[in-house]
Amino acid sequence: MYDYTDFDEAFVRTRVAQFTDQVERRLDGSLTEDEFRPLRLMNGLYLQLHAYMLRVAIPYGTINPRQMRQLANIADTWDKGYGHFTTRQNIQFNWPKLPDVPAILSALADVGMHAIQTSGNCVRNVTADHFAGAAADEIEDPRPYAELLRQWSTDHPEFQFLPRKFKIAITGSPNDRAVTAAHDIGLRMTRNAAGEAGFEVFVGGGLGRTPMIGHLVRQFLPVGDLLPYVESVLSVYNTLGRRDNKYKARIKITVHETGRDEIARMIEARFAEVRPLFGGADQALLADIRAAFAQPALQSRSLADYDAAYHSHPVFRAWADTNLSEHRKGDHAIVTISIKAHGQTPGDATSDQMRVIADLSETYGYSELRISHEQNVILPHVHKADLPVVHAALAKVGLATANVGLLSDMIACPGMDYCALATARSIPVAQEIALHFEALKLEHDIGALKIKISGCINACGHHHVGHIGILGLDRAGVENYQITLGGDATETAAIGEKTGPGFAYDEIVPAIERILRAYLGLRLHAEETFLDAYRRVGMDPFKRALYGDEGHQDAA
Amino acid sequence: MSRRYIPKVVTANRLREGDVVYLTANNLWTPHHQEAELIEDEAHAQLRLLHAAGQKLIVVGAYLADAKAGAKGPEPVHFREAFRTRGPSNYAHGKQVDLTHV
Repeated sequence: MYDYTDFDEAFVRTRVAQFTDQVERRLDGSLTEDEFRPLRLMNGLYLQLHAYMLRVAIPYGTINPRQMRQLANIADTWDKGYGHFTTRQNIQFNWPKLPDVPAILSALADVGMHAIQTSGNCVRNVTADHFAGAAADEIEDPRPYAELLRQWSTDHPEFQFLPRKFKIAITGSPNDRAVTAAHDIGLRMTRNAAGEAGFEVFVGGGLGRTPMIGHLVRQFLPVGDLLPYVESVLSVYNTLGRRDNKYKARIKITVHETGRDEIARMIEARFAEVRPLFGGADQALLADIRAAFAQPALQSRSLADYDAAYHSHPVFRAWADTNLSEHRKGDHAIVTISIKAHGQTPGDATSDQMRVIADLSETYGYSELRISHEQNVILPHVHKADLPVVHAALAKVGLATANVGLLSDMIACPGMDYCALATARSIPVAQEIALHFEALKLEHDIGALKIKISGCINACGHHHVGHIGILGLDRAGVENYQITLGGDATETAAIGEKTGPGFAYDEIVPAIERILRAYLGLRLHAEETFLDAYRRVGMDPFKRALYGDEGHQDAA
Repeated sequence: MSRRYIPKVVTANRLREGDVVYLTANNLWTPHHQEAELIEDEAHAQLRLLHAAGQKLIVVGAYLADAKAGAKGPEPVHFREAFRTRGPSNYAHGKQVDLTHV
């Protein structure tokens, strides 16, 4: 993976020194909170409900074992022994104290990490397919492009004060695991008729209070034009974006109000101006970056250990059937480590778990790790012969839950247990759904299902693109949960449709059960997934299951 | 007739630790909601909020939160404020454990 150059190192160290000074001046009264707030947010430090929260970027979800161990050390030294992996491929520490934050940032800098641009109206952490560099269906590893975008966007003077925050997602595979359709810019690698790699460019996607699927503005962008084109998109947005209204300031609104065709025309016009200014330095840099993402030398050896375990250990087999994905080299597998044990907080890993993951990565995973937007950790390259040992080691620390892609592999934002913006809790809803269906032993029968829960309309939990989405709201001083069905986060992206009136906190788990029992009753066969069934039969049977025949009329 | 004023407490987070605190009638910051000053007059509430906002080396983000009189002192009205008196529901972290050691 990419290691910091001297330039990166000096930049991050300088920022740590600046922020250290700013914290001192806040604590001695030289800076007011109004003056300090934008400075702390530039460095990822939020004030939440019960404490400060530090959001640390994991660029395009790629992290090495040394960095993972340092996160564990930070959790033990300055927090409460755990970290929370987010849908933005970041990690959040929920309990840092302000005087300790400079030391935390310094510890991060020691391993080439930082919290810069994890807040504010700038280009945020570029996110990528969490199977990048390993997936069998991949055209090209998207991470060199993501790293190029990271370097270009970090402290870019033109784009530090955009109308609103700006999120870019990139995938190198036709099967979109990076939710590119719901980002300000979504980049999907493709090939043209000549077989050359390039990008389909989507602009104006996003979730939040006005969910939108991105519009295709460029069918084929040669990879060499990536930076000037993205710069042109941002330039047009920076000019047109609604700075008068925070709720209309994202590029999705700009695209909606301007129209896809006009926005595409303006981007191309700007691109014609910007392209000649790129003299090739970006391509030289990209070549250097590519070298840093060279593939590991994958071993070849017997699969006998794997085959023996698969046929003799049902627990291992169950895990292998759910948590492994196809690797580009047939004798290897991509391991998704579920951070979703039933009843646990989705995305939370203890420092001990982080250390075990780091050890396994070093011993069996070519020292590579990814963090997924679905709040799991990935070992992207594991020889299948090593899987039984890896599974056993994960089981010892509660990380061998065989549920990836199933009901309990939910996304849940921190919600009102931590977040100052939340309108209701998310985490206990996720915990109770997982435990309830575990008790019913229905999870495997239900099969592939994405439940996504957000504790407010800002949709950090991606509820709009969940097959079942749950949105927690405050209705007259009481937590209330709205359900959407039919959302899809993949290359066939769709925004879910509201079922009708919401449900009280103690009604939401039974409501989800009614939906899923209706699904089990109407599906054509066990292979027809919930989403397929929903697309076939539509909303009505589920509305009836939720509200009854009478309530269904009211809800319609 | 004007609507009855909903009583308030002044609440904030400690600048250094981030802990949730409440302003008492004798100008101290307490972690216990029930020790807060229950403010029943709107003009007085604004004065108390101004006082809190001036304590920039002690607290951050002071605001007025709805409250009601209870047997042991002021109680929160909204569930958000109730959560702030305790801490998160997924772990025994925050006040729900910290205050038992006080």
